[in-house]
Amino acid sequence: MSTVVDITDLQISFATDSGTVDAVTGVSLQVQAGEVLAIVGESGSGKTVTARSILGLLPETARVRGAVVLSAKDGTSAQDVVPLRGSQLREVRGHDAAMVFQEPSTSLNPVYPVGWQIIEGLRAHGKLGKKEARAKAIDVLRRVGIPDPEHRVDHYPHQFSGGQKQRIVIAQALVLDPGVIIADEPTTALDVTVQAEILELLRRCRDDFGAAIVLITHNMGVVADLADRVAVMYRGEIVEQADVRTLFSAPQNAYTQQLLAAVPRLGQGVEHTRERAARRTEGWAEAAPVVEARDLRIVYPGRLRQPDFTAVDGVSFAIRPGEVLGLVGESGSGKSTIGRAIAGLTKVSDGSLQVLGTEMNGFKERSFRPVRERIGFVFQDPASSFNPLLTIAEAVAEPLVVHKRAKDPGAARGRVDELLEAVQLPKAFGDRYPHELSGGQRQRASLARGLALQPELLIADEPTSALDVSVQARVLELFDQLQRELGFAALFISHDLAVVDLLADKIAVLYRGELVEEGTGAEVLGAPEHPYTRRLLASLPVPDPDDQARRRTAWNALRAAD
Amino acid sequence: MATATTTPARRRRQIPVVHQLRQSVGLQRGMLVAGLVLMGLFLITAVFAPLLAPYGYGQLRDADGAFGAQLPPSADHLLGTTVGGYDVLSRVVYGSRTALYVIVIAVLLSIVAGVLLGLVSGYFGGWLDRVLVVIADAVYAFPTLLLAIVVAIVISGGQSTMWGGIFAAALSITVVFIPQYFRVVRAETVRIKSEAYIESARVIGASNWRIMTKHVLRNATRTLPLILTLNASEAILTLAGLGFLGFGIQPTKAAEWGYDLNRALSDVTSGIWWTSIFPGAAIVLTVLGLTLVGESLNDLADPRLRTRRRAADTPGADAQVSVVPGGTLAAPGGVADLETGADR
Repeated sequence: MSTVVDITDLQISFATDSGTVDAVTGVSLQVQAGEVLAIVGESGSGKTVTARSILGLLPETARVRGAVVLSAKDGTSAQDVVPLRGSQLREVRGHDAAMVFQEPSTSLNPVYPVGWQIIEGLRAHGKLGKKEARAKAIDVLRRVGIPDPEHRVDHYPHQFSGGQKQRIVIAQALVLDPGVIIADEPTTALDVTVQAEILELLRRCRDDFGAAIVLITHNMGVVADLADRVAVMYRGEIVEQADVRTLFSAPQNAYTQQLLAAVPRLGQGVEHTRERAARRTEGWAEAAPVVEARDLRIVYPGRLRQPDFTAVDGVSFAIRPGEVLGLVGESGSGKSTIGRAIAGLTKVSDGSLQVLGTEMNGFKERSFRPVRERIGFVFQDPASSFNPLLTIAEAVAEPLVVHKRAKDPGAARGRVDELLEAVQLPKAFGDRYPHELSGGQRQRASLARGLALQPELLIADEPTSALDVSVQARVLELFDQLQRELGFAALFISHDLAVVDLLADKIAVLYRGELVEEGTGAEVLGAPEHPYTRRLLASLPVPDPDDQARRRTAWNALRAAD
Repeated sequence: MATATTTPARRRRQIPVVHQLRQSVGLQRGMLVAGLVLMGLFLITAVFAPLLAPYGYGQLRDADGAFGAQLPPSADHLLGTTVGGYDVLSRVVYGSRTALYVIVIAVLLSIVAGVLLGLVSGYFGGWLDRVLVVIADAVYAFPTLLLAIVVAIVISGGQSTMWGGIFAAALSITVVFIPQYFRVVRAETVRIKSEAYIESARVIGASNWRIMTKHVLRNATRTLPLILTLNASEAILTLAGLGFLGFGIQPTKAAEWGYDLNRALSDVTSGIWWTSIFPGAAIVLTVLGLTLVGESLNDLADPRLRTRRRAADTPGADAQVSVVPGGTLAAPGGVADLETGADR
């Protein structure tokens, strides 16, 4: 096997407002032809920067030292891309190495047909005629699995679904037959069921097109599914590099071990749920539910003659005091809408939604305000859910001040310190501003704010999906511990079945606005009844290469059966 | 430059302009410094006008009798005298005072009104928003100067005392500028309204008034200093324009550059350069100063336009800033934050 990419002692630093920051310190890597190398690590570990240096795609503020030798696929030429500029760099890009970006909806230009965008790459490198180029674009679209490519080549990006868009982006990368494709979190923005299909396609890129793939990801399941070899990055260095089986079965480095231990696994929560169920007092099942939805329908009115969009359609469920309901579904399934409706942020269109004894269908803000005191909310993105101009203490004190439990943030400081301690943040963090905290710390502060009024109900809308795996594990643990101590009921919304399984007493699966399955973790994960749940379970990659290979076969069989 | 900080530095309450001055490098710094020097000169002249000017703005004679009209620069009159017999230097110096008054009043009034309307309009939306936006657009459709003239006539009613004139000019400028502040604040409010922290305040049960003042207002007004400096220069131009067209202030009530330029119109053809050059230069320099400051603040506020010092050649000079003990910190490290700017 020949080496396509040979990185030696790569060092990258950035000029920032607060001085020079070293993003990568001395990385050496080789990528062999036709292999999938996964670079894993937390955000800020330098994995993206390392991979981008292969294409010379770094911002102007970057300073690169070391060598990145990129060889052509046929082995005729090899050159160091670090000193390349302008036209030489353009020669290499696309031809020897191509890139697949994270977010397919933003990496395609919305004003050009997809065919034009694929041909653009061809024209930049070869002297193909219009007809030939078009034929080639149609051919590559067919090979990445776009149905009816002769016709769809003239369609615009918005006419494709998210998964199809990512296929087109991959087609764009494949059309010049590059030696290596750099895929930067290619499936992070996609739903699990779509993710499985894209992973399958990337595998075909390697097998059918013979391209090497540098896969950047933080998802260990994806690594187990696709990678041949894994490099673990931490603080700008490679801490471990190994064959995928070796890495998962016998991780050497302490950090790798910690990272693997933090990944939630399916079925982990079953025992936990049983324990919780055993602790319940008699008569618990008869207690009046905190939230009760009956035939709940939520419709977003269409604008400008577009039809109305039914986000939630005839959903019924109940959350009893002290119970954690996990709500799972892909994007657009209406799971966040239900959470927002319970918090009074979205109007209920039809049916009934009782929250703490108040009917939410046609509610008045004035009469609902006292109820708000009894509801806590934790938002998805901790970066944007704090006012950037308030300190953490001021933000956590906000509910206390609003509901007149304290005169001003200063008077609430004692309680705020208690709350910060409860979420395991040092008291001194209260004087910091949100941007001075890490994502996990911010999410813990957000939890403290949600719990400030000792609510009976906590709604957590994807509270860990913006966090790294190791941080996610800590936040989930904390959530579980606080729930046990304070005994609030909770609606836990997530797209990740494994995460929900860890925490929830009951799991409800939403699909296109309808509740397709509800039950305990053991029921839903062990014996799924609805085909969608089965598909969802099968497409979830598990962090174990051998197990995942078996699951993949099962998934393919399931797909063939459909 | 910042030394190595292993924990995120506590944010100091930074003094706006000083902070930007420290942050800037190269040409951007040069522009900012030049602008600040010009603005400083303007402010000093305006504040200390009675000390700096040799004569009063409306003074026609001293102990030795009348000055005489259209005298070239001399020891008695450093910049000569005008066709009306006033001392050019004194009028240029006192003119800065009038300009400052007008800027302060116009900017204050339009900011208060514009921000309030923009906030309410953007936050509540609905029919009120639609009506206000239409009015703002309608005001935009009028030529600025024409509108200012109409307002000047309505307010002063032909009278032109010093404060009457100043208020007429300031109010007419205000009317023109309110839509600008209104639009900026409204757009920001609409954007901020959908931010998660507003929703989180709403979930907590905070009242609309509290959300508007505590969360929206302070975040929406961050770009205002930039528009403010740019508008101040426009205010001077409008004032000068009004004066030039004869809707300004009588020479005996206050000194005003535009009026002096108007009077100097006939001098230009007869080779009398000093009556027009100096008030004209005063306008140009003041506007230039304000614009330079405004533009550089604007560029510095945008991390994409801001130039930075090159990354140091020697690795580890003040490195390790990115790495924060205790795991992943998005704050100063992280590739994403490099582009969005760590100072958000």
